[in-house]
Amino acid sequence: MATGHVTKRAKYKTTIKDPGTPGTLRMNLEKILFVPHNPKSAIKLDVEFRYIKGQKHTKEGSNKPPWLNLTNNQNGSFIFEFENYSDLQGCRDFVGKVLAKSGEVSEKSSVAYPDEQLSAAEMEIRIKLLQEDSELQKLHKQFVLSGVLTEAEFWATRKKLQDREASKKKKQRLGFKSAMISDIKPSADGRTNKVTFNLTPEIILQIFAEKPAVHRAFLSYVPNKMSERNFWTKYFRAEYLHSTKNSIAAAAEAAEDEELAVFLKQDDILASEARRKIRRVDPTLDMEADEGDDYTHLPDHGLFRDGNKGMEESQNELYKRTLSQDINRHAAVVLEGRAVDLELEDTKAVAEALAQSKRESSNKGESDGDTTRERLDRLSRMTEIEDLQGSNTLPLAPLCIKDPRDYFDSQQANALGTSGDELSGTEQIKCSLSIPEVYGSLRASISSIKAMGLNEPIVKPEVAHQVFDALTYSISNTKHNIGKNSQESVLDRLPRKTKEDLLHHWTSILELLKHFWASYPITTSYLYAKVNRLKDAMSNIYPQLEELKGSVPSELRNQVSLLVRPMHQALDAAIQHYEASMQKRSTQSGEKPNGYV
Amino acid sequence: MASAPSKLYADDVSLVVVLLDTNLFFWSSSSVSFSQFLSQVLAFLNAILTLNQLNQVVVIATGYNSCDYIFDSALDLNRGIENGRMPAMSSSLLQKLEKFLIKDEQLSKEEPEGRIKSSLFSGSLSMSLCYMQRVFRSGALHPHPRILCLQGSPDGPEQYVAIMNAIFSAQRSKVPIDSCYIGAQNSAFLQQASYITGGVHHKPQNLDGLFQYLMTIFATDLHSRSFIHLPKSVGVDFRASCFCHKNTIDMGYICSVCLSIFCKHQKKCSTCGSVFGQAQSEVASASDKKRKTPET
Repeated sequence: MATGHVTKRAKYKTTIKDPGTPGTLRMNLEKILFVPHNPKSAIKLDVEFRYIKGQKHTKEGSNKPPWLNLTNNQNGSFIFEFENYSDLQGCRDFVGKVLAKSGEVSEKSSVAYPDEQLSAAEMEIRIKLLQEDSELQKLHKQFVLSGVLTEAEFWATRKKLQDREASKKKKQRLGFKSAMISDIKPSADGRTNKVTFNLTPEIILQIFAEKPAVHRAFLSYVPNKMSERNFWTKYFRAEYLHSTKNSIAAAAEAAEDEELAVFLKQDDILASEARRKIRRVDPTLDMEADEGDDYTHLPDHGLFRDGNKGMEESQNELYKRTLSQDINRHAAVVLEGRAVDLELEDTKAVAEALAQSKRESSNKGESDGDTTRERLDRLSRMTEIEDLQGSNTLPLAPLCIKDPRDYFDSQQANALGTSGDELSGTEQIKCSLSIPEVYGSLRASISSIKAMGLNEPIVKPEVAHQVFDALTYSISNTKHNIGKNSQESVLDRLPRKTKEDLLHHWTSILELLKHFWASYPITTSYLYAKVNRLKDAMSNIYPQLEELKGSVPSELRNQVSLLVRPMHQALDAAIQHYEASMQKRSTQSGEKPNGYV
Repeated sequence: MASAPSKLYADDVSLVVVLLDTNLFFWSSSSVSFSQFLSQVLAFLNAILTLNQLNQVVVIATGYNSCDYIFDSALDLNRGIENGRMPAMSSSLLQKLEKFLIKDEQLSKEEPEGRIKSSLFSGSLSMSLCYMQRVFRSGALHPHPRILCLQGSPDGPEQYVAIMNAIFSAQRSKVPIDSCYIGAQNSAFLQQASYITGGVHHKPQNLDGLFQYLMTIFATDLHSRSFIHLPKSVGVDFRASCFCHKNTIDMGYICSVCLSIFCKHQKKCSTCGSVFGQAQSEVASASDKKRKTPET
């Protein structure tokens, strides 16, 4: 509908069972208004589209009356019953249009920066990051949407986050199913004695991956020698023969039909692959791996039952295949993973894609000569020369996990105190006497003690009392301030909202300071404008901190002001720097009239 | 807090090694006189010996040029002249102290002006740790030892390395270092020593009542410290001295191999000899050269 509003007659129902209040439904781009026909009725609805989350409606073909159900943010719903389905359709389209548009609008406001070309993928990453991290979202809202920082600047420091998010987006490749395909049951038609197999490209891919001889046969026979349908018929015939375990019949049929023979024989590609793999086994893992270990393609794993060497069935041995072989081959293929990623429609494409990937992987592997040389090299490096090695016992120091509170709580007082101490600590002790005189005076003190004995009393009672009081007071004070529980920090004792506000102030101050200090030295007018904006934002924080301090109960106010003090100091330092640089500019700009900014 | 190892045979027995600061320059310019200080300390030592029959006290004097053992209660069985005016053990202690001062004076030589007049704290700390090692290895039953430092002199930054090594070895042997600082400013070394080894550091406000401070805080044996609340240090000054010039610094360069501290950028670490990297491009080309070694 091209118009910006819709007016229809409808009945408003609060629940499904409600008979509904007849009235008029008016929808424009901003809101929905429902006015009942009966002015005395109390039901009137005025809802903004901002709160509407989605819509549902009854289907036209069903026997239900035409209902439109609009769900809002708080999971409530408004149900409207229309007179006919065309009305419903019209309303539905309108609502859909408005919802789509409102979804766009919120994104658009964050995109409109002409100096930044963003791909849709990057926008998605940013939106996802904002949705996941509420702290980031708060910062974003505070600074970018109020114009203090631009979008580009905000995200410039968070490249790592974006990259990490982007790399997560790679989808996982689906592997093969663990169920073996020989379990795929054909549908048997009891009447005509026909058996129908359903083959999907997925299954075909798996068959080709597990039986490379079949793959080779497919590539060579189809479509030259036989049609695909024939190929698969023969394949399944072979499977059937295998499953009956009738090796004599299998041999007979193989003798007749050479193509069938291919399916019935042992897979020679597998055999050669296995041999090659054995040769490439890392000698540091297993120096004795040799061809005797290559048994997975042999029936019964090369083990002969009843102790005999199996001479009798030698000519039919080729046509036997055991369950363990099948299972092992299947497991090996599943673990190797999927070589072909794409969705393929037909068999030919599947076969070719698989062949392609196999060629690539064989090109990547090194030639045999290289591998042997590399193996020998590794071998020589890994062989341990025992008498050259030192003892293995490492002197371990036990892990000592200190209480971090000790460090951080004590640093606070230290940071305020040391700057004063620095200067006075290096003062010389002024000594007016010469060395022999000093020693003499010390010795004189000792003699006086010897003569007179110790002081009587050692310490005056009132002095002792004072000392005792002071000590008790300070010990109990620190205990009270720092808290009894070592896990507790001073932040935990504040009310939750205060704690969150404090932490949020810290992160926002850090963000502002980061951008502020990065903009110096100011070389372009862009930076100049940016610094001004940041300075304004920083000045706005001071009253917020005062308010925070005021909102806390009085016994915690001291703690909070101690926590707020470093924030003040950091902001003060930044603003001082700003003012100093402004002053310098204004004095300089007098000297440089040629427009140097 | 160091808890007693298996050699402890009774809970509250203590073996205290007291490091007494006899730096003449400090005492000549301090507000409290040496005799007052000494009398309070003597009373305190006697009190420790009376707390438990099995307590032991060892006193080491930290002089300006040398350090020496002054008193060992285990050896001093000869009770000396009891003259009613001072405890019996004091006379031998005072005699030995006098002799030590005479010797120290003889060792003194002309010092250039401008040097901080600090006492040889590192020396006495090392001596006390050696004494403890001897006790540990003697095999006899002994209480777990601790060290009490009575210092007034300022820190000498040239002793930083030696003091830190001593502190770490004390930490290793689980010997707490208590410190009582009676000077004017703060001593970073003492604060760090007590912090790292789990001892108590205190700077008394009122030096007339020094005896009371000593009895309340430093007479507590190690076992009782788990339930007696002692004053906690408000802040620890973790500043270090650089290894090259022995200046106290806040920010500097650290060798990533041996953790030695330098105040200026250096080409080579003087302690372990590792070469420090220069600009990025040079480092990259050096590593490239390494990879092209010929195959043998």
